[in-house]
Amino acid sequence: MTELKNELIRHSAADLAAKLASREVTAVEVTQAHLDRIADVDGQVNAFLHVNSEEALAVAAEVDAARAAGGSAAQELHALAGVPIAVKDLIVTIGQPTTAGSKILEGWHSPYDATVVKKLRAAKMPILGKTNLDEFAMGSSTEHSAYGPTRNPWDLDRIPGGSGGGSAAAVAAFEAPLALGTDTGGSIRQPGAVTGTVGVKPTYGAVSRYGAIAMASSLDQIGPVSRTVLDSALLQEVIGGHDPFDSTSLTDPFNDLVAAARVGNVAGMKIGIVKELHGEGYQAGVENRFNESLQLLRDAGAEIVEVSCPNLKYALGAYYLIMPSEVSSNLAKFDGVRFGMRVLPKDGPMTIERVMGATRAAGFGDEVKRRIILGTYALSAGYYDAYYGSAQKVRTLIQRDFDAAFAKADVLISPTAPTTAFRLGEKLDDPLAMYLNDVATIPANLAGIPGLSLPGGLADEDGLPVGIQLLAPARQDARLYRVGAVLESILEEKWGGPMLAQAPLLGSASTTAGGSN
Amino acid sequence: MSVDATLSFEEAMEKYDPVLGFEVHVELNTKTKMFSSAPNVFGDEPNTNVNEVDLGMPGVLPVVNKTAVESSIKIGLALNCKIAESCRFARKNYFYPDTPKNFQTSQYDEPIAYDGYLDIELEDGTVFRVEIERAHMEEDAGKLTHMGGAAGRIQGADYSLVDYNRSGVPLVEIVTKPIEGAGSRAPELAKAYVAAVREIVKNLGVSDAKMERGNVRCDANVSLRPHGRERFGIRSETKNVNSLRAVEHAVRYEIQRHAAVLDSGEPVIQETRHWHEDTRSTTSGRPKSDADDYRYFPEPDLVPVVASREWVEELRATLPEPPAERRKRLKEAWGYSDLEFRDVVNAGVMDSIEETIAAGASADVARKWWMGEIVGRAKVADVDPSELGVTPQVIVELNKLVEGGKINNKMATQVLDGVLAGEGTPAEIVEKRGLAVVSDDGPLLEAIDAALAAQPDVAEKIRGGKVQAIGAIVGGVMKATRGQADAGRVRELILEKLGVQG
Repeated sequence: MTELKNELIRHSAADLAAKLASREVTAVEVTQAHLDRIADVDGQVNAFLHVNSEEALAVAAEVDAARAAGGSAAQELHALAGVPIAVKDLIVTIGQPTTAGSKILEGWHSPYDATVVKKLRAAKMPILGKTNLDEFAMGSSTEHSAYGPTRNPWDLDRIPGGSGGGSAAAVAAFEAPLALGTDTGGSIRQPGAVTGTVGVKPTYGAVSRYGAIAMASSLDQIGPVSRTVLDSALLQEVIGGHDPFDSTSLTDPFNDLVAAARVGNVAGMKIGIVKELHGEGYQAGVENRFNESLQLLRDAGAEIVEVSCPNLKYALGAYYLIMPSEVSSNLAKFDGVRFGMRVLPKDGPMTIERVMGATRAAGFGDEVKRRIILGTYALSAGYYDAYYGSAQKVRTLIQRDFDAAFAKADVLISPTAPTTAFRLGEKLDDPLAMYLNDVATIPANLAGIPGLSLPGGLADEDGLPVGIQLLAPARQDARLYRVGAVLESILEEKWGGPMLAQAPLLGSASTTAGGSN
Repeated sequence: MSVDATLSFEEAMEKYDPVLGFEVHVELNTKTKMFSSAPNVFGDEPNTNVNEVDLGMPGVLPVVNKTAVESSIKIGLALNCKIAESCRFARKNYFYPDTPKNFQTSQYDEPIAYDGYLDIELEDGTVFRVEIERAHMEEDAGKLTHMGGAAGRIQGADYSLVDYNRSGVPLVEIVTKPIEGAGSRAPELAKAYVAAVREIVKNLGVSDAKMERGNVRCDANVSLRPHGRERFGIRSETKNVNSLRAVEHAVRYEIQRHAAVLDSGEPVIQETRHWHEDTRSTTSGRPKSDADDYRYFPEPDLVPVVASREWVEELRATLPEPPAERRKRLKEAWGYSDLEFRDVVNAGVMDSIEETIAAGASADVARKWWMGEIVGRAKVADVDPSELGVTPQVIVELNKLVEGGKINNKMATQVLDGVLAGEGTPAEIVEKRGLAVVSDDGPLLEAIDAALAAQPDVAEKIRGGKVQAIGAIVGGVMKATRGQADAGRVRELILEKLGVQG
């Protein structure tokens, strides 16, 4: 039984869906296998802030009942029905707490479901629980969580990336086949890169943001986390589509993603290397794996061209003005008046201002406070034009740079992150060094274009995962899945299997060899 | 609290020239709120007309109410404004518990309507053009009730209750350009301007326009400058002046107060003032400077509002006749004098008279009933005349009964009281109360004989040609018949009896 469960957790979502459809396994078995794995390894990984066993098993049982009943009940099941999923704890859920990784929301239960959560429920995908993150998604290491850091399954002394380290680590550690993340400056893709998983930031507006606790509204985007490119395509088709509750959501159906992941060739496609997104500042092992992927794509018949986006050098600066500006306003609602933590001032008059102040002082961590202060400053009268205004102009220039680049290439390619996973604590006291982790991912958020990170191999010097990032024009998410799936299959052929097969087993499995893989 | 010194209005006017400015907030009567699907309803249990969006729960997003945009465009067009082809919302950031997100979603530098004007007709017919700078969309805040302490004020309160039912109610804020040249008519103009805005939004059907409910709220800016000087003085902003009378009084008071401050050689403090109806004066609120920093920035959760020219023209075509034009048309059609028409308008019965005429009454009859009978009764009952319970059909019916000689005017007013008391239709009341003009001459002749016998000297006078003395006999007959006789017929019969030509 243990061996069977171990086998089940190694399957992709697509495989699980097929096994469920053929009734080779039940949804309860699949869900229980993942819950067991969580029980087994999450003490080491700390990917989950909340495990939702009861509800997940109940949903799985519903799926099994529908399949057993046959007829229309079985036919109406979504292809991913019964395939479990983890949800980043920035996304609100009825019936489970939502903390955003912050003390200020400790114990808070949302009275409503995020639109993406409603879609998961409609598809009857059991929700395994809520995953750890940097507080309010602010960070690149998940060390800024108020509930302790998540650890990288490849090396428990290293960070799993951030802010969505919990979702990435859960998927990398086989605790979940799929997860939802949110990506404001790389929070899906950079954790994907350093944990050897696939992460996609869809086109801005492709997935409803309703119910994702806003960090920076004009940059935030919910997206899939998985172990294969096809799985991400399957998941994006579940969660995407227009939402009347999000006026920035697009009306495009984005229903060609799975088909794109199955095209299977890149012959004749033009793939652009972004001159500014590799080279200096990138770890040698990262550069090597990147160059290797380029050669493999060239061998597969793609035309590799070089493009330049000269304004990308201003991207990080612009991002760290726009993002904190929006943060300072979006996080104003956390004041202890209507929900969440309320802290009364220790002494002195009990005025509303002082209660709000005491609550925010006690409830927010340092990184959150840093960004609120930065953003408040950047929006202040007299500074607005110089900071927020200039940053918006840079944003426009970057969008134009990408427009020009996409006139020459169908997709762009770069390393996802400049380095492999660093050690816990290594950059915690150096915010600027931490911010540099997102240098290659931030431009896609500023431009609103989709980006995908997939495993590109292990760096020679440390044996840790390297991520390859693909970027496409807005609304052309399908191109990412087409090229990503092809590169993935070429690489896996080269490796002789999925890269994650090389990751440590963790938990009781690490002492009882065999049974897996 | 010290009482501010004031100059007399006349003296203030001698020395200074007032400049006014108004911000009028209009609550729209859309079914749902500005950015959420919660109901926009006044007066329900606190915190019942709210959803997660109105409460600013984590993760929520706003969605613009299309009807509110339509209403805003209509208001803009009625104020002769240009309508922006595309405009954005902005966030006005400030911490206050009546604003659940701790920012208000408003419009900042891109109002939906701008550069308009409104021609205001003053009592004597003078027309004064008020330039409109902008009309923009925003959301209302919740309502705080301060408990404990003095008179519901935040100072000294033990705690405050907050009701978010009003949070997110759609507002249009109409901002004038500085209004110069009103001189001593400034208070009158202030009242007339707010009345005109109120009338326009009511006429458009976009707001319930009840000032007592806060559907229309006025902030009045006043500054003074010495005559002949171009530069504006320092202004005060009197908040929430919520009746037409109060607008007039507040502007007058502020002019007198500013004049006294300037006379004393002190600078006027730029601040908000609170209006107190009981003392008809203002008190200092918080200092307000142009440096108040709300850290406005474009609302990233909303896409721009695009108003295509086709849509704007479609809406323009649906606009009702402007109130001022309508008044001009009705006055001519009804043939009222200036004074009569102004009284009708001021009494608030123009619509009722129009409906009564439409129901079949003549213009004069309609005016006689509404102005002569109903307005007075409404005042006693402290309701709008139109809400007293008199329908145009009642008046038409009453008038028919009078004209048909069934009842006289005096009886008709009794029938009206019966209608208001819920006794039924006029015909039913005439029946029930036994009211009918006595038309059988028999009883009348008896009464006439008795009256003549009772006052033989008067009868002699009439016989002698002093016909004007007949009143005493008619009076006697009417008294004897308890007013049910037709006085005209009584007079005829008396003259006949005495053989005198009327």
